Amino acid sequence: MAATARMTGASGQVDLSVSTIRGVGALVLLGIWQGLALSGFFFRDVVPPLQKIAFGLAALFGNGAFYANLAVTGGELALALLIGGLAGLLVGLLLGGSQLMSDAYESWLSYLGPTPKIILFPVMIMLFGVGSGSKVAMGAVSCFFPIAISVASGVRGVDPTLRRVGRSLQANAWQMFLKIELPAMAAPLVNGFRLGFGVAMIGVLLAETKLSNQGIGFMIINAYTRFDMPQMYALLIVTIAFAAFVNAFAVRLARRFGARTV
Amino acid sequence: MGARSPYLAPAISLGTIVGALAVMQGLIAAEIVSPYIVPLPTDILASFERVVVEEGIPGRFAVTVGETLAAGLLIMLVGIPIGLLLYRRARLRTAFEPWLAAIAAAPLVLAYPLFLVLFGRSSLTIIVIGFASGVAPVALKTIEGFASTRRVLIDVSRSFRLTPAQEFWQILLPAALPQIFVGLRLGLIFCLINVVGVEVLINLGGLGQLINDLAERYDLPGTYAAISFVVLVSILFFAILGRGEKWLQRRG
Repeated sequence: MAATARMTGASGQVDLSVSTIRGVGALVLLGIWQGLALSGFFFRDVVPPLQKIAFGLAALFGNGAFYANLAVTGGELALALLIGGLAGLLVGLLLGGSQLMSDAYESWLSYLGPTPKIILFPVMIMLFGVGSGSKVAMGAVSCFFPIAISVASGVRGVDPTLRRVGRSLQANAWQMFLKIELPAMAAPLVNGFRLGFGVAMIGVLLAETKLSNQGIGFMIINAYTRFDMPQMYALLIVTIAFAAFVNAFAVRLARRFGARTV
Repeated sequence: MGARSPYLAPAISLGTIVGALAVMQGLIAAEIVSPYIVPLPTDILASFERVVVEEGIPGRFAVTVGETLAAGLLIMLVGIPIGLLLYRRARLRTAFEPWLAAIAAAPLVLAYPLFLVLFGRSSLTIIVIGFASGVAPVALKTIEGFASTRRVLIDVSRSFRLTPAQEFWQILLPAALPQIFVGLRLGLIFCLINVVGVEVLINLGGLGQLINDLAERYDLPGTYAAISFVVLVSILFFAILGRGEKWLQRRG
């Protein structure tokens, strides 16, 4: 396996496995961090030593408020994915199924998709208030675009032979969708939801850091305001690790369906 | 079936926008939609000039573009050499390419309070966040670009006994350039998104801060006009990058 392969180069070269190189890389990075933390170069806990971050992580997992805020953010994120995902799915099916619709509207999706959605937050506050509604709206708008674009391209990528087979078996519209279209576009669908999850999470959490009194984003900005650096680092580590875990899982799932992921 | 007119799709697209604005105008004028939440589209259009003149749009535009370009330059100066190093050292590539992919997918912008602590509430923070969000895709696409150089081209360079430097400048780099540009386009898009986003979040800098300022002043037409302006700038930016990429691909 690549991870444990040995160097077969000229004699005299250091024979390091990939996992050793990774271990050395991680140790070097952690060592640089610890060195900076102990150097006194930074003010107080701006770069806290590793043990303080570890204590911060332990304290976070033992803190009941963390789980309450996690539930708030989780609920907002789930609702955002549901609303934005369903809207994206419907629009994607519509655009993918009609060349005219695609020519008329898809370029707008491609251009509006990458624009920074946080600029819409003031509008969302006016429309949905300062509570969870505006955070859900931010997440929903963020995830709508990648899902719609992926679904539209997925519908176009369905092999016409499969559709002909469905029609020859006299499948109705619902059966065509469930038995033919959906399985055939599983890869772009999973990929779209993977991208959608990432941007929805960013949308919800950034909105919470901007204006909220609950949620993980609020906890992060609150820790920053109180200059509680170990807790802030702990929250960032947990959040980014969770996002990376979900992304890695979705990448594997998408690849199982034959998707190419960037 | 007759051929469809090439003007039909643009006409539908334009018609939808005009229709949606007209419907919104009617709903707001009839106060079915509150004018205290959504301003009249005509008021938004009218406020464009005021926002551009009174709120110093050209200067703010220059600040945002300057931050994006500074971060973009850093992305190019760091991302391409990292990609090249990992392409040249196969073992390092196997070890660290998944790390780069994880960094590219990580929501690094969430760590903006950390960057605030490290670099202060300044343009430097915005540039560093822009850089952090765009460097990994550039490095990944650089690796992909060099690795996808056709074997026959490398064999030709060897048969002509090119030096490693000549091989790099005359074979590898031209072959990898289209893919590197794909990476730069992605990197710059991530960079612009994060630059404007952080400007809104920390209320500092150019166009992002303007939206925040106008919203805090409850200048609704101005806020919507500023948002429209940022969306237009983004679209223009992405369109230029897309054209550049297509031009390079045609040349490649």
